Amino acid sequence: MLADLGFLALLFAFLAAVYSAVASYYGGRTGKPAWVESARNSTIAIFFLVLTACLLLIASLLRNDFSIEYVWRVSSIDMPTYLKVTALWGGQAGSLLFWNLLLSTFTAAAMFRNWNKQRDLMPYALMVASMTQIFFLFITMFVENPFARLAVVPADGNGLNPLLRHPGMIIHPPMLYLGFVGFTIPYTFAMAALMANKLDDTWFTITRRWTLVAWLFLSLGLILGGRWAYDVLGWGGYWGWDPVENASLMPWLAGTAFLHSVMIQEKRDMFKMWNMFLIILTYSLVILGTFVVRSGVISSVHSFAQSAIGPLFFGFIAIMFIFSAIWVTRRRSSLTSENHIESFFSREAAFLYNNFLIIAILGVVFLFTYYPIISELFTGEKGFVGPPVYERALAPLFALLLLLMGIAPLTMWYRSSLKRIEMSVRWPALISTLFIAVLFAFGIRSWGALLGFWIVGFSGILTLLEFWKGTRARMRRGEGAWGALTNLMSRNRRRYGGYWIHIGVLVMAFGIIGTELFQQETQIRLQSGESVSLGHYEMVFNQVERYNGPDDLVITEATVDLYQDGTLVRTLHPRSELYTRTMQPMTIPNARSTITEDFYVLLVDWEPLTPNEATFRIYLNPLINWIWAGAIIFAIGTLVAAWPDKREERIAAALPAGSALGAAD
Amino acid sequence: MIHAKRPLQILLAVLILATIVIPAAAQDNGDSDTTAVSDDAVNEVARDIYCPVCENTPLDVCQTKACADWRELIRTKLSEGQSDQQIFDYFARQYGDGVLANPPRRGVSLIVLWVLPVVLLLVGVLFFSRYMRGLRGAETETVSTVPSVAVADKPLTTAEPARDDYLARVEEELKKSNE
Repeated sequence: MLADLGFLALLFAFLAAVYSAVASYYGGRTGKPAWVESARNSTIAIFFLVLTACLLLIASLLRNDFSIEYVWRVSSIDMPTYLKVTALWGGQAGSLLFWNLLLSTFTAAAMFRNWNKQRDLMPYALMVASMTQIFFLFITMFVENPFARLAVVPADGNGLNPLLRHPGMIIHPPMLYLGFVGFTIPYTFAMAALMANKLDDTWFTITRRWTLVAWLFLSLGLILGGRWAYDVLGWGGYWGWDPVENASLMPWLAGTAFLHSVMIQEKRDMFKMWNMFLIILTYSLVILGTFVVRSGVISSVHSFAQSAIGPLFFGFIAIMFIFSAIWVTRRRSSLTSENHIESFFSREAAFLYNNFLIIAILGVVFLFTYYPIISELFTGEKGFVGPPVYERALAPLFALLLLLMGIAPLTMWYRSSLKRIEMSVRWPALISTLFIAVLFAFGIRSWGALLGFWIVGFSGILTLLEFWKGTRARMRRGEGAWGALTNLMSRNRRRYGGYWIHIGVLVMAFGIIGTELFQQETQIRLQSGESVSLGHYEMVFNQVERYNGPDDLVITEATVDLYQDGTLVRTLHPRSELYTRTMQPMTIPNARSTITEDFYVLLVDWEPLTPNEATFRIYLNPLINWIWAGAIIFAIGTLVAAWPDKREERIAAALPAGSALGAAD
Repeated sequence: MIHAKRPLQILLAVLILATIVIPAAAQDNGDSDTTAVSDDAVNEVARDIYCPVCENTPLDVCQTKACADWRELIRTKLSEGQSDQQIFDYFARQYGDGVLANPPRRGVSLIVLWVLPVVLLLVGVLFFSRYMRGLRGAETETVSTVPSVAVADKPLTTAEPARDDYLARVEEELKKSNE
């Protein structure tokens, strides 16, 4: 009964979306605002209908209604309540429904917020937003129906995949989806601007906050995924260049290029066509990413065709891409600019280099990720590209990007004084060189690491100097140090939030260089009382215990003592968990974290275990906690940059639209 | 006759000893004692080989029985003195190039992973430099430095674009406030 109601709700939502698309287009073309307003109102209807469907699915999960296939697939009677709720996004059909919920929420919110200020864009924005909704509702209803029934009602369900029961994995999908869905809004308004031929800065200034927040969520989603992999998957790393990871990384890369590139349009009114291309690319990569994450297309081209979902997604991406391309071509004269880059060392040029590098990285990741499909199509044999290849190809590109990150704030719009830049970089370059001389003295010989650390130091100092210069300038006008700093950031949120984000990235880069280049690992079989050494640590194995956990869990836990330079610092408990219902094992590591490194221990449970004999895999991960610390700095910076500035908004509202001052940095 | 037996006994003893010692010595040469190969040595190689049947899992962390067997195969080969590259080649021959983390440079992989990126990079640099050079040339012409997006104003011919841009903006704002 609930399932039927749920499906009905989705059906009505679908019909409402179709109505919205037709009504908004008709109202826009014939100039009848009543129709457009009606289309806008239907976005609220869609939101409530999809919300109803979600609530009904959650209710079915809580009521253990195993007549619904999805509930059987992802839930079980013994699962704790909170997991039953989060099982909403634990499987394919449910997560698509969840995607729809987020999309309908964002769409309704964006349409209502901009209703009064952007009347000319609304008909087309509604139409394009509806098109996305129509597609996702269609897929949810007719291909991956969360309300599909089972002919025979089973007594109990499978339970949520054990890998998904970790807190990190519970928030990771919603974060990613918030990011993905968030990016549909700037795309919608970009297309609306094309269709309405209103090609000034409006389309991205009104969606600026959406873009930044979507980017924040996508970034957090990626980082959380990495943290989860590190804590739960148990292979000692946090990023494996897995196709699913890469599919989420690619829209992030395009989005980052876009965030930077629109600044050039704002300041110099250039790159309009490029910005259009970037947001269309971001949107396409979002849809592609959603598809890849949820289907098995990379593993085999054949699995692509087995379910209807493959061709449908591909068809949608193709349609939207062609639709976007047609409109860009139609409006190309409005998208050209009379302004030009005048110097290789101007800030515009710096942003251009930034875009070039990011797109190069995106291109490499794209090529390597889809290489298995390409090779299978051409040779019938599925090729593969592993992490070492990605790292070799991308390291120089990322290094250049980090270097650019430090120098770019020194450049000026139009043209820069090379002499001034040179003077500004002298001391930071010197200090950085001193820094790596010290590292060299301590025995670090890897020239890749030394270069990487030099760049991180150099760009880090330059970015911090920006804060210093700004604060000092304010202090000269009489403000105290702390007040100067906070006012500086509060008055220029985008700029200093941006620098804050850069610092976060540099801190993360510091950690990544440490872990990637200096990781040590060892695997050894130990008897009770025996020990193994790694670095300046010694680990002594005590014993292995086996006991029953909650639900259908059987836990095998080893106890090891960790000694550093002779003193006992921690007792660690790496363990193996087995969910007996699905016979799925999980190896959960235990680590001792310090600012310098992690001592990370795994119980190798595919080797024989007795209470007194076990095999351990140990990783020493230098500087890894700098990655998580950098991520926090990064997140704070994005909040600073995105935080609404009442003063700025009042000024922007008072000026005529499109005025140069409204684009003040 | 005792003296005649002596040499025969010695010969027999030598022969018997020889049949025991020589094969043992020959075994020492090949050293197929797999316990001498550490887990770490196996993992060094296994890390760069991906499981032919599981999804995106390198052999050193794969938990299936098949992967355990493959790791033992690597251990045996290492104990026989095979090099890492020989083991990679073996797996590539048996299961295709797709099991190697570092795809060998031949065929499709050469084109898609090496030639194509370089070509795309060159194309990118080409477009980039043509764009930049074409614009540097425009410096000597009149350049519109008014950043407004409305109607294009009369272009200002100037030797100091930065200062006059500022002046142009001031004029623009003054005009707007007078409307």
